[in-house]
Amino acid sequence: MNLLDTLLRCVGTLAVFLVLPLVVGQAEHKVMAHMQGRLGPMYAGGFHGWAQLVADGVKFAQKEDIVPAGADRRIFRLAPAVALLPYLLVLLVIPVGPNGLVGQAVDAGIFFVLAVMGIGVLGSLMAGWASANKFSLLGGLRTAAQLMSYELPMLLAAASVAMAAGTVSLPGVVDAFHWWWVPWQLIGGFVFFTAGLAELQRPPFDMPIADSEIIFGAYTEYTGLRFALFLLAEYAGIVVLCGLTTVLFLGGWHGPFSDSLGWLWTLVKTFALAFVVLWLRVTFPRLREDQLMRFAWTVLIPLALAQLALTGIVKVAIS
Amino acid sequence: MKFPGSGLAKGLAVTMRTMTRKTVTAQYPDVQPDLPPRSRGVIALLEENCTVCMLCARECPDWCIYIDSHKETLPAADPNARARTRNVLDRFAIDFSLCMYCGICIEVCPFDALFWSPEFEYAETDIRELTHERDRLREWMWTVPPPPAHDAAAEEPKEIAMARKAADKLAAAAAAAAAAAAEEGEQS
Repeated sequence: MNLLDTLLRCVGTLAVFLVLPLVVGQAEHKVMAHMQGRLGPMYAGGFHGWAQLVADGVKFAQKEDIVPAGADRRIFRLAPAVALLPYLLVLLVIPVGPNGLVGQAVDAGIFFVLAVMGIGVLGSLMAGWASANKFSLLGGLRTAAQLMSYELPMLLAAASVAMAAGTVSLPGVVDAFHWWWVPWQLIGGFVFFTAGLAELQRPPFDMPIADSEIIFGAYTEYTGLRFALFLLAEYAGIVVLCGLTTVLFLGGWHGPFSDSLGWLWTLVKTFALAFVVLWLRVTFPRLREDQLMRFAWTVLIPLALAQLALTGIVKVAIS
Repeated sequence: MKFPGSGLAKGLAVTMRTMTRKTVTAQYPDVQPDLPPRSRGVIALLEENCTVCMLCARECPDWCIYIDSHKETLPAADPNARARTRNVLDRFAIDFSLCMYCGICIEVCPFDALFWSPEFEYAETDIRELTHERDRLREWMWTVPPPPAHDAAAEEPKEIAMARKAADKLAAAAAAAAAAAAEEGEQS
């Protein structure tokens, strides 16, 4: 692999990382509005407010960057980067199309992805601790609790796919995919997607940032660009989660004409899942903290274990 | 038996259905609202009809109508007659920062000098500008719509019913007279 090739892949991943989250964010504006019988942004950019998020970005950039007097300054400033960068790294290893259309193929892809996604949550934890604010601390601790309980079902669900495919490499998983994996791994897919939502702190699992009770959790003290980075991290997280679910459970680039249009299939499936994320957000109210924990330990983990058992039985039966 | 999670599915169906329906957002500054007839936007004054009877100012619940006037003496038309006096309007103003749009002034005006206009875009940055003087109130007159037509099935207005009754009576009398005249001619 020469230098030019490496550079090209990095720039491509960066471009995707900067564009797709904004597309998801704009879709959220519009989908949420229409699901509530509204129109959403209509002015920015002229046509149906397509440039709303660009305008938001400009607004955030103009704001004063405030660090509270009692805050742990260095950690406070570092937290948004810690929240955002892991998703960029994960995006690098998600295979988009066949024949090596991937930023960087990693052999232990599933391990790498899950480990790095866990770091993203650390950003919120750092922000909550460093803000010197009770609400931020509460939010941070809730984030930590949520990470602890939801990482486990997510891992178990991913392990089930790895078992089915017999590999932990992401392109390997997609290569081994057959259409009947979808019903076979259905429960696992549900558990993975739900746990991922909880890890991203998306509604209805947004207890750590519940704006109506603990202001905005770990992000209470943030303004300007750093706050925008946290928001960007959330949308990048949606893209990454949907991309991963696509690759692991929906067969990635598989579909008609997958040789030439494989990347398009990955994109279509990712955006369909992103739509589901927005749809869930509009539809369901926020879970209470104890309901949140009970759901993880009494529903998701047993389901994930059941899926693991099912995968094992079927795997032995067909081999 | 109720399937677990059916409530969640129902919620998802509701949001999806709402998304496929037309939105209810009024795009107001871009698209003017479609106001119903008899909308109460602003009060217009047809000062040619005003006789300075002061009924509107006296009936106004929050006293937001200001009227000044003086009397003018008209020279007598006939040397034997008395000189007549006439009220002349000096000032007619409505303070829309006080007005509560009850429409009592319009109801009580015996000479049809006050009207509702559906225009509502007269917000000001200074509250004193909301006191519309007579020239401004007269300008609103151009925006007063013609009264909406009566319902086809409605009862006839009283004036028309009475006029029709009188006309019918006259026509019947004329017909009877004509018939009597014709009979007389036949006999002779």
